[in-house]
Order: sequence, then structure tokens, then C-alpha cells
Amino acid sequence: MSNGEQHTTAIKNLLFRMADDELIIGHRNSEWTGLGPILEEDIAFSSMAQDKLGHAQALYNILHSMGEPDADTLAFTRNEKNFYCCHFVEYPIRDYDFSLMRHFLFDTAEAIRFDMLTKSSCQPLANLAKKVRGEIKYHTMHANIWISQLGKATDESNIRMQAALNECYPLALGIFEKSDYENELMESGVFDGEELLQKVWTDIVTEVIEKSNLKMPDINDANLSTLAFGGRKGYHTEYLQPLLDEMTEVYSIDPSAEW
Amino acid sequence: MDTIENVTKDDVISLLQEVKDPEIPRVSVVELGMITGIEISSDNKVEVRMTPTFAGCPAVEILKSEIKNKVLELPVEDVEVKVDYDIQWSTDMITEEGRRHLKESGFALPAHLNNELISIDLLTNVECPFCGSKKTRLRNPFGPTLCRAIHYCDACSQAFEQFKPV
Repeated sequence: MSNGEQHTTAIKNLLFRMADDELIIGHRNSEWTGLGPILEEDIAFSSMAQDKLGHAQALYNILHSMGEPDADTLAFTRNEKNFYCCHFVEYPIRDYDFSLMRHFLFDTAEAIRFDMLTKSSCQPLANLAKKVRGEIKYHTMHANIWISQLGKATDESNIRMQAALNECYPLALGIFEKSDYENELMESGVFDGEELLQKVWTDIVTEVIEKSNLKMPDINDANLSTLAFGGRKGYHTEYLQPLLDEMTEVYSIDPSAEW
Repeated sequence: MDTIENVTKDDVISLLQEVKDPEIPRVSVVELGMITGIEISSDNKVEVRMTPTFAGCPAVEILKSEIKNKVLELPVEDVEVKVDYDIQWSTDMITEEGRRHLKESGFALPAHLNNELISIDLLTNVECPFCGSKKTRLRNPFGPTLCRAIHYCDACSQAFEQFKPV
């Protein structure tokens, strides 16, 4: 590959990783529609899911402008080997404590990532990041309030949020799994890298968790910290392909249908 | 040869005042600050650039076709509507007229952000559009559409919607 091709491939890889994360967690969060524990949360999760799908679409649109197929084709015709989302977003929604903790950990990382990307040398991505970060601020505000409220409310809510955190934390580290293009992205000023992102994320997450009467899990164990790796290279959990099948069930009947 | 009167940007803008937000039919796309550019070529082809309010706003495609059809009412050769991400929409871009129409539609107005990100302070004690009291509470930053938040007024005991600052 020439330098130019290598650069384009690196940017596309970053866009796919981000867009696929947004698409999958957006679909997962939309599963709360009609089932939220209270009306406000039902609406909030549905609304945030809609934002995520909008962000996914905007990222796929940038890929389209770089010569890839259009957003619908990218979202609905690839099989799991060609998806680059992290494992964390693939897990079923489970109980609300799990979904809420995932929302907190994922959206905090997403907010920091877009914030870093406002300075990206990839101009379309920098422009999108400037737009999206105001929207995500609402998501992290929502998450922080609930983590704090439930962390401090009752013994039961505290125990359940701590259990959710212990389970989610090692999975969340999969967000920061590096791709083969990490150096290229950093050297060309596209993205300052997963390591810096993870460092800022850990600081912010720790602050919110500790203020909420919860404890950060101790995971110095290398096996645990790479437990959820593989997604960025196309290796996924058993949950992704069934989700993709469900998402594309109608589309697959007639991909050329006009709506 | 017949004289063709050249279409001006002002003609396009005043016509686009008739294209309303499908979810808030008193407010036009111009008043919302969504129109970011109009170019008219010498051969009377018009390019309109618009920026979406929220990235996930489902009304974008509808608005694109409504804008196109509306401008085609003018004597122009062709119209192209482009979605513009170079300019990022903010509630600060809503015009004074737009804010007045939002208020008349029963919405609490978004605080001015002046390029800052939203904070919880800007969402508390929002003025109630029904009674004017500021004894209000944010109930949910997420409302019936992406651009609305739900508040509750302790003075007149009514829930109300705010066009949320972004």
C-alpha cells in the first residue's frame, strides 16, 4: 500500500469502528422502547437510541463520501466478520442496571472520543464531532445523574449498581482495543489514540463512581483487561450475528424496495 | 426574446419561510437557522444548503424534498438541496422571530449557549411558558422529539416542553 492508501484505510477503519459501535448500541438501547422501568426512562432510552442511529448514519455517510457503499448498504448488508464494533455493545440489554451502567461507561468514552476528534485532521470527522458533542452531553448528564441516584439510594440499588459495574468494567475496556492503524491515525493527526482516550475515561469514570458511593473494580489482571478484545478485528460474541439477522430481517426480504 | 427576471437570494429566503418544521408547524426552517447558504448560478440553478438540528433528526429527508419543491415554484432551472455539516447547528442560530413563534407554540425557550456546551444549570429553573414562573424543575432532558425536554412548573402545576439548548 502507498502512504496515501494506508492513510485512507486507517481513517476508514476508525470510522467503521465508531459507526458500528453506534449502530449496535443504538439498536440495543431501542429494545427498551415500551419496556423502560418508568415512563421517563422509556423515552430517554428511545431518544438516545435515535441519536446513536443518527450518529452511525452520519459516520457511514462520511465513509460513503470516501467511496464506500451508502449508509443503508453498510448497515444492513455486512455479516459479522465485517463489523468492527466492540463486544461491549453487543451484549443483550439484560436488567436495567446492566443497561444503565453500559450506557454510562460507553457514552462517557464516546463523549471524550468525539471531543478529541473536534481537532482531527480529517475535516469531515472534525465537523461531525463538533456537532455531535453537544448532543452527547445530554447522554452523559443523564447517565451521571442516574448512577449517582441509584448508587446512593438504597442498599439494594447500591448493591445492584456495584454488581453491574463489576461486570461491565472489564467488558468496557474492549472499547479501547487498538486496531492495526493506531500509529498511522496518531501520526497523521486524525485521532490521538485509544490509550489517551482510556486514560481520560478512567479519570472521569472514577470520579463519578466514587461520588456515587460505588467502588472502582480492581482489574490489574491482564486476562481480565483483554477479556473483551477481538471486536475491532472482526471477532465477535455469540450475540452479534443474531442481532444483525433480526435488524435486517425486513430489509433482506427485498433490499431494493422503496419505502 | 422574453426577459427572464433573475431570481434573487431574498426571493428564495422569503419563499422558504413557508417551509415549516414538520413537528412545530409555526416555525420555518429559516427561523430555525437551518438554512446555511443559498447560491444562484448565472443560468438560474439554485443550490440550498441546510444543516440538520440533530444528527438523528428524522425530518431531514422530508425537509430536503419540501425545500426543493418550494424553490421550484420560482422560475428557476433546477434546485439542489445539500445537507451541510461544515456549519454545526445550535439553538443560538434560531432567529428572534423564530424564538417568538416557538414561545407562541407553547415552548419554553432555550438558553443562549454562546459556544459553550450545555450544563445542568442551563436546564434548571427554566421560565414556564404558561405562567412565567421560574419555580420549575427539569423532569426529563428527553422529550417526544430529540429537540425537546420536559419540565414541570411548581407554580401552575403544569408540565411543559422546552426547545432544548444544544
